[in-house]
Amino acid sequence: MNNVFAALPEVDADASRRLHARLVAAAADNGLLDVAYRTIDSPVGRLLLAATSEGVVRVAFDCEGHDAVLATLSDRVSPRILNAPAKLDTVARELDEYFAGRRSSFDVALDFRLAAGFRRSVLEQLRHIHYGRTASYAEVAAKTGHPKAVRAVGTACALNPLPLVVPCHRVVRSDGAAGNYRGGAQAKLTLLALEAQRL
Amino acid sequence: MSLPPFEQVVEAHGPRVLRVCRAILGYHEAEDAWSETFLAALRAYPELDPNANIEAWLVTIAKRKAIDQYRSAARNPTPAAELPDGADDFPEGYDELWTALRSLPAQQREAVAYHHLAGLPYTEIAEILGNSAAAARRASSDGMKKLRAIYQGASR
Repeated sequence: MNNVFAALPEVDADASRRLHARLVAAAADNGLLDVAYRTIDSPVGRLLLAATSEGVVRVAFDCEGHDAVLATLSDRVSPRILNAPAKLDTVARELDEYFAGRRSSFDVALDFRLAAGFRRSVLEQLRHIHYGRTASYAEVAAKTGHPKAVRAVGTACALNPLPLVVPCHRVVRSDGAAGNYRGGAQAKLTLLALEAQRL
Repeated sequence: MSLPPFEQVVEAHGPRVLRVCRAILGYHEAEDAWSETFLAALRAYPELDPNANIEAWLVTIAKRKAIDQYRSAARNPTPAAELPDGADDFPEGYDELWTALRSLPAQQREAVAYHHLAGLPYTEIAEILGNSAAAARRASSDGMKKLRAIYQGASR
């Protein structure tokens, strides 16, 4: 007689939602929400946004596999990870504005802990390439003071944990081709076209 | 081996832990216990052995939180007038189930919930109850026998 517990639903969706929201609030109040995340839709596919108390720590494309990205965050930042959309409202809104052509730079705190050493200094340089402009991998290498590190600049861009908000899509090949991108070559073309259109 | 994001723990185990809390504590008290359980679990999570049985770990915490709740309820009895809104909106038949569960000795009620709702093996349940696997199995089977008797009696 298995229906003894019929009055206790296997999954109570309303209660689950209510309890999840309560857990997120209590976790934040107690300083236990180490990583908050949400997803948003965009012209370059579904994006995963994740933040620590320091700022946005990761922006990930669909093609990277959001589950894999969350697993990496669990390993490298903290397993105290919850789906907490409100914590990412600002960056989500700014990205919406960016894709609508109404925003040319991002005004949110960033957490660079997933990029160390030379990769980190490359990302710092990328923030100086303005909306609608591009620079070649060689130019960025020169700016970092390591003009021969062209390939390393390519690697730093390919592994940029904060694409879009740190504009690695504005780094292109010296021959004028757009080159590769963490979100796929097509996404890079879409972003460059978006920014060219508005200028 | 590493720990999955805690969100996955909530997704995978949240509903079953809620059923267990409801069976042990009652429908509405269960949500406070669930919340306390998952907050405590989140706090301790980074130190959890990745090979641990997460369900058993959560149920152990839930039992501790349930005991805390019993004690504080005993100290500060809540007047019925202060029950939260919608205090009666539990599913049909829950009243009966709760009355039946409450008529069981605590060990039987817990053993039934841990085995039949949480799906824990008797070795894990024995650790939570502080007895042997054989005693846990007996408590669960005695509890189920009583529940069936109550239900069959009611349906006649």
